[in-house]
Amino acid sequence: MDFSDADLGAVWLTLRLATVTTVLLLLVGTPVAWWLARTRSRWKGPVGAVVALPLVLPPTVLGFYLLVAMGPHGPVGQLTQWLGLGTLPFTFPGLVVASVVYSMPFVVQPVQNAFEAVGDRPLEVAATLRASPLDRFFTVALPLARPGFITASILGFAHTVGEFGVVLMIGGNIPGVTRVVSVQIYDHVEALEYGEAHWLAGMLMAFSFVVLLALYGFRPGRWQR
Amino acid sequence: MAALGADAIRAVFRLGWPGFTLDVDLTLPGRGVTGLFGPSGSGKTTVLRCVAGLERAPGGLLTVAGEVWQDGERFVPTHRRPLGYVFQEASLFPHLSVRRNLEFGLKRVPAAQRRVSLERAIELLGIGHLLDRRPDHLSGGERQRAGLARALAVSPRLLLMDEPLAALDHARRRELLPYLERLHEELTVPVLYVSHAPDEVARLADHVVVMDGGRAVASGPLTETLARLDLPVRLGEDAGVVLEAVIGKRDSDWSLARADFPGGGLWVEDTGLPVGRRVRVRILARDVSLALERPEHTSIQNLLPGQVAEVRGETQPALTLVRVQVGDSPVIARITRRSTAQLGLVPGKRVWVQVKAVALIG
Repeated sequence: MDFSDADLGAVWLTLRLATVTTVLLLLVGTPVAWWLARTRSRWKGPVGAVVALPLVLPPTVLGFYLLVAMGPHGPVGQLTQWLGLGTLPFTFPGLVVASVVYSMPFVVQPVQNAFEAVGDRPLEVAATLRASPLDRFFTVALPLARPGFITASILGFAHTVGEFGVVLMIGGNIPGVTRVVSVQIYDHVEALEYGEAHWLAGMLMAFSFVVLLALYGFRPGRWQR
Repeated sequence: MAALGADAIRAVFRLGWPGFTLDVDLTLPGRGVTGLFGPSGSGKTTVLRCVAGLERAPGGLLTVAGEVWQDGERFVPTHRRPLGYVFQEASLFPHLSVRRNLEFGLKRVPAAQRRVSLERAIELLGIGHLLDRRPDHLSGGERQRAGLARALAVSPRLLLMDEPLAALDHARRRELLPYLERLHEELTVPVLYVSHAPDEVARLADHVVVMDGGRAVASGPLTETLARLDLPVRLGEDAGVVLEAVIGKRDSDWSLARADFPGGGLWVEDTGLPVGRRVRVRILARDVSLALERPEHTSIQNLLPGQVAEVRGETQPALTLVRVQVGDSPVIARITRRSTAQLGLVPGKRVWVQVKAVALIG
């Protein structure tokens, strides 16, 4: 094996980023998915479209706007400064926030589909069995939507591992803070260290394949965009 | 509408969506089985969903046994209404075993309000051997029995059933009906039973509400309501009366039993029911013919004297429905318009009622 300390640091940072992002995404994305699955509001379309934007936007566009928003003069930046947190760009928390936005559709859509597949009936049944709305959500909707959550976790994690453009825009290239595997590979290639690049790139390749195999191999046809 | 006591159910619902308007004002008995009967799309299920609070009829009124579940200001949400609901199709939670399904509602009911034990519900529906199975390993009939037991286990003060037999094939329906009858006999909880099947209503209901086009076109005791000729919901081949009777005599030589009703006795096949057993008999209008004099030398065993009470045209131009009062009980005959004219059947005329077939139900 030919991993340098810098490589291992990048791998560790990437895993940390993907894990924190996935956990946050499940916490933030689940209510959004629930609302999108259940609402009859006319805002359903616009909100769904906003959530899906990262699917089509170039990461540089997303990264650019996030950079501006989180910068010292942007609304998010003003807020974080007012809270005494400084500004987020070029920090790990900044990367997490950007990743949450960037991977949002990969978590929200499978969970939304799963909630829609559960339908009204089981929740109505639970209501006639004395379960309050919150009770119904946790004891009926969540367990029945479990396949959607598994898909969402895998996709959210894998997609965060694979991000590059947004990281460069928001995080730059600070070892141990924002230099994730994809950026490290870029650095190796820039420096013509093809051997090192091969090791990391190959590892990402294998990781991605295993993840997608788990997703499509075991539960065929479950995930639709 | 007749006074039905303090434990009665009052339900006033108005609600509309494109192509459908519900407009009902019902006073229903607080005991026994009330059949909500009518064709599909007549609003029966919507009434039931409004009673359960699954559908909101703004400005509606609902009181059950003196308790307000909905009025101008209040709307008690479904999970705070002491009701049990049995859905049309199997609605067991697929991620829970039968036992956990039954416990789902039970454990959410405060101990002080539990009046039906889990064991009792399991025993009533005969599902003791299914408790550890998953719903997808049950037959349709077993699933529906488990669903019924689950609804009973919350000790409902009102049990709502939405065509619990509709999704089952004929054999499964026959399997489930005796359980429903047992509930009727052994539990005191009032039941609202939605059905479009006249035989189910005839067998289970004590009180009938006939729904058509979002309105309740009739509401009253079973026998009286089924004997009405003026209902726009024509039953066609299923038109007929249901009479409450008691097995009065058994003739073992001929394997016959006599069901005595207010107004006479009807010989039916002896199915082994003991003398004194309360039964219901159903006489379809198409199985009844009329004669002006007592027919002699006929194969028909059941001949009853009566008096014509009402004559009405059927939807088919060749037929009429004739309601004949036999003692205190009504019987409906479906005969041709020509026979009606030739026999001169008008209200007050004395006739002999010949009953070709009687179904013993329940």
